[in-house]
Amino acid sequence: MANASMIEMRGVGKWFGRFQVLKDIDLAVAQGEKIVLCGPSGSGKSTLVRLVNGLEPYQAGQVTVDGIELKNDAKAIEAVRGEVGMVFQSFNLFPHLTALENLTLAPVWVRRMPKKDAEALALQLLERVRIAEQAHKYPAQLSGGQQQRVAIARALAMRPKIMLFDEPTSALDPEMIKEVLDVMVELAAEGMTMVVVTHEMGFARTVADRVVFMDQGEIVESAPPKTFFEAPRTERARLFLSQILGH
Amino acid sequence: MRARAVAAQLALLAAVAFVVWYLASNTVQNLEARKIASGFGFLSREAGFEIGEAPFLAYSAADSYARAILIGLINTFRVALIGVVLATVIGTVVGLARLSRNWLLAKLAAGYVELLRNVPLLVQLFFIYAVITENLPGPRQALEPLPGVVLSNRGIAFPVLEPHAVHAWMGAALAAGAVLAWLAARWGSRRQARTGKPFPALTTGAALVLGLPLAVFLAAGAPLALARPVLQGFNFVGGAALTPEFAALTGGLTLYTAAFIAEIVRAGVLSVDRGQSEAAYSLGLSRRRTTRLVILPQALRVIVPPLTSQYLNLTKNSSLAVAIGYPDLVSIANTTMNQTGQAIEGIAIIMAVYLTISLSISALMNGYNKRIALKGARR
Amino acid sequence: MSWLRENLFGSWPSALATLAILWLAWMLVPPLVEWAFIDAVWRAPDSRPCRAEGAGACWALIAEKHRFILFGTYPYEQHWRPGLGILVLLALYVASAMRRFWRARLALAWLGGLALIGWLMWGGFAGLPYVENERWGGLMLTLLLATFGIAFAFPISILLALGRRSRLPVVRALSVLWIELVRGVPLISLLFMASVMLPLFLPEGVSIDKLLRALLAMIVFAAAYLAEVVRGGLQAIPHGQEEAADALGLPFWRKTLLVILPQALRIAIPPLVNTFIAFFKDTSLVVIIGLFDLLTSIKVALTEPAWSGFGVEAYIFASLVYFAFCFAMSRYSQNLERELERDRTHVLREN
Repeated sequence: MANASMIEMRGVGKWFGRFQVLKDIDLAVAQGEKIVLCGPSGSGKSTLVRLVNGLEPYQAGQVTVDGIELKNDAKAIEAVRGEVGMVFQSFNLFPHLTALENLTLAPVWVRRMPKKDAEALALQLLERVRIAEQAHKYPAQLSGGQQQRVAIARALAMRPKIMLFDEPTSALDPEMIKEVLDVMVELAAEGMTMVVVTHEMGFARTVADRVVFMDQGEIVESAPPKTFFEAPRTERARLFLSQILGH
Repeated sequence: MRARAVAAQLALLAAVAFVVWYLASNTVQNLEARKIASGFGFLSREAGFEIGEAPFLAYSAADSYARAILIGLINTFRVALIGVVLATVIGTVVGLARLSRNWLLAKLAAGYVELLRNVPLLVQLFFIYAVITENLPGPRQALEPLPGVVLSNRGIAFPVLEPHAVHAWMGAALAAGAVLAWLAARWGSRRQARTGKPFPALTTGAALVLGLPLAVFLAAGAPLALARPVLQGFNFVGGAALTPEFAALTGGLTLYTAAFIAEIVRAGVLSVDRGQSEAAYSLGLSRRRTTRLVILPQALRVIVPPLTSQYLNLTKNSSLAVAIGYPDLVSIANTTMNQTGQAIEGIAIIMAVYLTISLSISALMNGYNKRIALKGARR
Repeated sequence: MSWLRENLFGSWPSALATLAILWLAWMLVPPLVEWAFIDAVWRAPDSRPCRAEGAGACWALIAEKHRFILFGTYPYEQHWRPGLGILVLLALYVASAMRRFWRARLALAWLGGLALIGWLMWGGFAGLPYVENERWGGLMLTLLLATFGIAFAFPISILLALGRRSRLPVVRALSVLWIELVRGVPLISLLFMASVMLPLFLPEGVSIDKLLRALLAMIVFAAAYLAEVVRGGLQAIPHGQEEAADALGLPFWRKTLLVILPQALRIAIPPLVNTFIAFFKDTSLVVIIGLFDLLTSIKVALTEPAWSGFGVEAYIFASLVYFAFCFAMSRYSQNLERELERDRTHVLREN
């Protein structure tokens, strides 16, 4: 079904010890939908995203990813991770492997792909993110922007249905942000379901179907970008927008 | 500028050369005055002293000094090799225990490390030696914690298998098993590259290396004749025996070095960023695969250099044997020096041996480092 | 309650480990406490109560021999002198540890303090009778060896470290030779060398004190290891520092003393303290060449027939003394490292 719910969260709550980081989260992401999560630091947006592929456990509510119910159980988490790809703020490329080897590691060991097929797939993806000529370089020999593009290709190598991005450009120098955002825009145009935590509001305006604003562990506002940026309903959203758009 | 630099260096060389000449000429004079010969001729003379432990090479007081020193060298290697293996095992266990989520285990491991690292090794050796020789009962009232294993103030004795023809065959089976395991692993990884099917190299290898000798053993009728230590007169005879000196030295060295290795292992594991395992899990890799393919290679790069350093330290520290009475290289060279007066040659031998060991291990380490070093950062 | 559950019984292996440890503690701790405290003999003029049936640890050995262990064969009535000397030395160490005393006046304090200790130990004028250094021993000697050893080795190590990085081949070769040779051999061989070979090196009639021989060996040994630590500090300085100094036209020695060394040494302070702790432990090796340090005096105390056989108690005591010093120093080193790290990032953030 075209509008099948890819991610469904109902009444989700999460605590770190006594401190509640997520309060009663209700969120649904349809197939092909692009969601941008934004909010002040400490609002819980990174935690929310990391919850979707099981990197963070949750204590209350229900999370369903592509029909699989995500309980705090190994088998469910493994199944979900097969459908979800993640890109991190600090890239997390494997430093002892080349770019090509970073991409072929999971297909070979998880999907049991023969090496040649895995390498062909890897080169194709590196081509797509315009970095094929660096295939045999090690991460330390690449710039930040190049590393993040390799990281995106690495996540795509597992053919995920959903791509999660946790502040993908926050650790990059300004001149490299564009090359990574360009790749993400292309990915969006191809119909990938994406959940992106970012401060890049330009990206949100052009690509997002919905902007979800979080503050202190709650979803405060959720609206299409035009509505959110031009006529935010809540005071907190207005305050946030004035702070980040002010400079 | 250049001329000044060259002149300064020449002056330095001249000064060093002068000092060396001065010391050498004094030495020659003093040796003549004391009627001590120079050179290594004394090595072929009869040693005239007994050595308490000579397990691999027969030795008697009528043998030459050279042979005595060789025995000392073998004894040093005995302690060093066993110490290195045991210390690595114990150190890794303690290091990982320190990272455990179990509070008791982590604190216990931390206590062990703090205690052993802050007391001099020599004190620890004396302590263990005192426990064995003073606090263990005599052979007649020896402790027997396990059947056949006897602890007394004469040392530790335990049963060993009687020598049997099948042992040679088992050794051959072990070697064959190792070779087959290696070949199987290679074949397996080739197949994986071709078809994607993974091959359980580790389990197969273990099965071959352990299973083949076992099969040979069983085929020969499983000869289980044990030589047990039996009390005869004032000591135990039969089986294998560890003297108090050997036990104290090896035990002390092992426990001490293990404390340092524990810290190295802990630092190595902690050095790998948490993001690495998160990225691997996100890609769908299991815990075991993540540890083997992502964490371990990175941790080992951090662990191996200081680890080899500790191995070197253990070998050098084995020279403390002279204080306990274990006949290692330094001990026997010392006795030789005392008897013949050939102090310079004796010390030269000691230093030459240890330098060779140190430099070889350093060279191996540097070679290994260059090969596995993470390709450098951009300038 | 939940803390207990998570940290002690979080999983099956964890629960098993907890139970195993508790069981071991149950089996081992009560008998040890009985031996070490309840049944122990704390004071006795001779060892008879210790050898009685059912007696525990013989701490009386320590009570009887503690003067000997602390001061060696120093004359009995003059024991206040090394005692005071130890206090002065410890005071200097504590003062050096506190960062607010890190200024040039500290060096003067050290010189004054060491001179005072020298007068107290040797005597010979201003009212104190002379005591030759052959009679110094025990804890005092251990502290002196460690202090003087490091004090003299440190400047040499700086020269060696600079020499190893030098572009002059002869200087470089000599530095590397010293460092690699010394680091490749056990300390014992150096002590033997000093104790046995040094007399041969000197002309007829010139003799060198046993204490001095041992000290020389320790200095040569420490210099090589400290040199590597200093070298690490030198390598950790950003390349730009040296370039900036060169651009300012500073000649080599001025550049090194004013710009390079202060930064290198600051970075190297934690590993330097760790090297000192290791060196402090290494002083125990002088027992092998017959010098009377803390460990030797304990060993000698045991040779008296009345007290022989109580090695375990004696070495436990030795361990406690060394542990007290080394543990305090290593805690200090960790704190210092944290403080220095905090300061560095604080300064960076302010800028």
